[in-house]
Amino acid sequence: MFGYQGKALKTLRSISAKVGDRLRIEKAGQIHEGILMPRTELGDPNHLVIKLNSGYNIGVRLTRGAKVSKVGVGRVPKMGLPPPEFKPDPSKPSVSILGTGGTIASRVDYRTGAVYPAFTAKELYAAVPELVGLANIRTAPVCNVFSENMTPELWIKIARAAARELNSRARGVVIAHGTDTMGYTAAALSFALKNLSGPVVLVGSQRSSDRPSSDAALNLLSAVSVASKSDIAEVCVVMHGSAEDDFCLIHRGAKVRKCHTSRRDTFQTVNDLPIGMVRGGEITTLGGYNRAKGGRVRVDARFDPMVALVKVCPGMKPKVVDSLLNSGYRGIVLEGTGLGHTPEYLFPAIKRAVKRGTAVVMTSQCLWGRVDMKVYSTGRDLLQLGVIPGEDMLPEVAWVKLMYALGQTKNPKKVSELMRKNLAGEITPRTRPDVFPKPAFTPTHSQARK
Amino acid sequence: MRENMYEKLGLKVGFEIHQELDTHKLFCNCPSVLYDVEPALKVKRRLRPTQSELGEVDRAALAEAIKGKGFRYQVTDNVCLVELDCEPPHPVNEEALDIALEVALLLNAKPVDEIHVMRKTIIDGSNTSGFQRTMLIATEGYLETKKGMARIQTICLEEDAARKVGEDAEFIDYRLDRLGIPLVEIATGPDFTDPQTPAEVALMVGQLMRATSKVKRGIGTIRQDINVSIRDGARQEIKGVQELALIPAVIEREVRRQLALLGVSDELKKRGATEVAREIVDVSKIFSGTRCKVIASVLARRGVVLAVKLPKFAGLVGGELQPGRRFGTELADYAKVYGGVGGIFHTDELPGYGISVGEVEKLRGVLRASPGDAVVIVAAGKESAEKALGAVVVRANQALLAVPEETRRALPDGNTEFMRPLPGAARMYVETDIPPMVIDEKRLEQIRKRLPEPLEQRRKRYVEEYGLSRELAERMSLSENLGLFEELVRKHAVEPTLVATTLEETLVGLKREGVAVDNIQKAVFDEIFSLIAKGELAKEAVPDVLREVAGGIGVQDAVQRLGLGRITEAELSKMVSEVVRENWELVKKRGVGALQPLMGVLMGKVRGRVDGKLVHQLLERELRKFEFRTETS
Repeated sequence: MFGYQGKALKTLRSISAKVGDRLRIEKAGQIHEGILMPRTELGDPNHLVIKLNSGYNIGVRLTRGAKVSKVGVGRVPKMGLPPPEFKPDPSKPSVSILGTGGTIASRVDYRTGAVYPAFTAKELYAAVPELVGLANIRTAPVCNVFSENMTPELWIKIARAAARELNSRARGVVIAHGTDTMGYTAAALSFALKNLSGPVVLVGSQRSSDRPSSDAALNLLSAVSVASKSDIAEVCVVMHGSAEDDFCLIHRGAKVRKCHTSRRDTFQTVNDLPIGMVRGGEITTLGGYNRAKGGRVRVDARFDPMVALVKVCPGMKPKVVDSLLNSGYRGIVLEGTGLGHTPEYLFPAIKRAVKRGTAVVMTSQCLWGRVDMKVYSTGRDLLQLGVIPGEDMLPEVAWVKLMYALGQTKNPKKVSELMRKNLAGEITPRTRPDVFPKPAFTPTHSQARK
Repeated sequence: MRENMYEKLGLKVGFEIHQELDTHKLFCNCPSVLYDVEPALKVKRRLRPTQSELGEVDRAALAEAIKGKGFRYQVTDNVCLVELDCEPPHPVNEEALDIALEVALLLNAKPVDEIHVMRKTIIDGSNTSGFQRTMLIATEGYLETKKGMARIQTICLEEDAARKVGEDAEFIDYRLDRLGIPLVEIATGPDFTDPQTPAEVALMVGQLMRATSKVKRGIGTIRQDINVSIRDGARQEIKGVQELALIPAVIEREVRRQLALLGVSDELKKRGATEVAREIVDVSKIFSGTRCKVIASVLARRGVVLAVKLPKFAGLVGGELQPGRRFGTELADYAKVYGGVGGIFHTDELPGYGISVGEVEKLRGVLRASPGDAVVIVAAGKESAEKALGAVVVRANQALLAVPEETRRALPDGNTEFMRPLPGAARMYVETDIPPMVIDEKRLEQIRKRLPEPLEQRRKRYVEEYGLSRELAERMSLSENLGLFEELVRKHAVEPTLVATTLEETLVGLKREGVAVDNIQKAVFDEIFSLIAKGELAKEAVPDVLREVAGGIGVQDAVQRLGLGRITEAELSKMVSEVVRENWELVKKRGVGALQPLMGVLMGKVRGRVDGKLVHQLLERELRKFEFRTETS
């Protein structure tokens, strides 16, 4: 019950106390009185957690002789505001928000004592009432998982839901998604959604929405601005553009990566300019993008799950490649060193892979820049072995793309063609000189006061 | 008599002391230091109100949100992503937790079994996260005072907030250096019934914490909040009283303010005043040719003058609540806080400030105000002026009822001004990034073992064992050099009084001279007292040696440079005979009475190179010889 186990649970049952009830705990001459709170399951079974009148929670140990009694019945603490009443305004565009779980929609969870996805997309809308002025919003849950538990099956579900919304009513779609694997989902949707009629915007937050400093509200408002106003007919990610609550960047879905574990501006467009930015609801675009061509949105969502992403490191054993082959993998994306290299003792294994018809694609663990396998003999040898160069694709985007390509065809030649061709903005023809981020420090000489 | 008066009024006072701990920050590894220079890196943020665990938005949080300002955070060198709310908090600083537990045990409090870190919602921007992390450490403590037992209700450990360093129309500036420094918060019960005792108890609590030698010292490192209420009045939390001496005045003036506000409320009832309507009128036209500089400059910048009528408030708005503060000042506080305006004008003080009789008449005309009504005007940008007058109406309506519960800021003269409504209990919810911490008996036992000696016991020991004067013992017991003192006395066979005066008086004196005493390392004292113990340096030389050492040289070099080579007893004996011979006339005339003048002569020659006592002893022996001769001859 609410995380209580063992001795604590037994005690609570004996006085039929529930979370929210007022308890009095007497022991060793001390009296603690407060509201019984849920307990994290990771906590031990020897403490009852109560909220004192001051608002503080404390854990009271159930030592021998402790007397617990119920002195009042309370309501179970509930989160969530009632959804606001709003009437659709026919002059405003309609936007569908799809919920998938993750930190843009989160609250306190007592099962683990941690932040947990639980707000429905509807409650999220309730928490950011400014959305009313922007668009008529419809919310629909697709799934409710941590983004690290996302799967290709769920990508397909999300793609179908997005297409359904765009084909029936929505001008744009916003997908609330956990940030960990948002880049992967964005890439998958970029390949799966064809002939988009409007923006498909993934959005999340790095600071949970239960806190006043959350980035969720600005991100969501910016995402809905893009979905309701812009003529960008692409899959994109809209998240904080700096450490400030100032503007959001619109990243192309097949070019974006989570680059920091905890910062608000964790997402960066790698090897290209972002599509644009949103400040105060106003959208400014920075480069070219696709516009709607008319007609229905199609979903081409076949992903071959038997594709591996392998990071090359010094001394790596060929067994890594061989065991993938023996397990039936049909595609391998290598995250090579530098311009796209592997140690030469991996060559025989790679040769075996290509010979068996397994697609081997080379990307770089540098992330920034383009692979070029003609500069050094190692690269030339790898090309000779049949490794497909991945241009300036992000390794994980190449991985999603290879799953997609193998979903289209098993013909090695056609797979190779698909992988070399730009399908959704994942490959840029030019490597821009102005998109490599540098640290922002400045030397300071300020003296601390003791 | 006066105390009796306060008791009759039902005065209840309690206080909270916030003391910074001398360790790194509470939830990250940044050093707890402050910077005087504005850093180049700044980060702008906004905060939104949120729900607490019990599902209600806190009223103080809502008030801040309505104000709608952004925050500009100054990123100093002792700031990492944790203070910037860009990284989850690290586990609680264990040293800080131990110090807090130590303080709790010293206050006879009972530590909680399991500590839960809470988020206390504060969205004035002083915390980048929008909440202050705080945890209840212990409850039910007490402190014995001369006037009886003072209850210590709670001891909490929390993170300090960022420092507000400026503000403009759009942003409030905060420096992040202070954010995250560990604070111990000690709260008494609302048990005091006179204005004097709280200050006395606060002093004791401060001394007790300093006895741990693990707390910060200096301005701003200890702060008091005072809770004051009287019967029929309301609880006020008065923040930022930095000087203990100010506490009685703050309490006396708060009582005075509440009594005056109750008077205003009674008078309004007597006059039959009803709820003030929020009918805000644009009266800019009336002032198109005004001589009032404030209004003219606002109008020149395309601002507006807005007015609102407070029916039956005439004479009350100008009534004094505290010396120099009127009810109008309270209205102005609200206008400033919620509208961000510079202030208000009201008809109790008009005509004045360049506003003419004619303008006031027109104003009253437009608002259809009778002589018994007051009118408040604000000149500012339209939106600000509207917010400001809206807040004035809210405050005026509160006056009909009684005294509102508020958080107020202490001013240097003991008056207070409005900061925000008193936060409700709904502002706490659990910090999910940090798991609960069980406090077991083993940990407490270890802390108990090294608890500092109780203050009184320590002073007694200093007098009885070390022979310190009562006054010096008291000073030493409160000194930040306490640990060093004990160590030096234990290690070196020197007079404890010499060590104490060196640390407490000599150093202070040198500092006053401008000597850089902060440069003197602990080891220097070790060396000096070791030389004294061995008889190689005279205690009189200590100030001179320290002065040289502070200039950046070693103790040995200082001794040499000062020519302080030690004089042996034989050498001294010879010098004494010489001096006696040189001053033979005097000795003949005064005998032992020549001791004082000759002491002066001798000390002038040997000061710092030999113990003065020995000089005295040898000189007296020498003089006695001649005294005998004088008597027999």
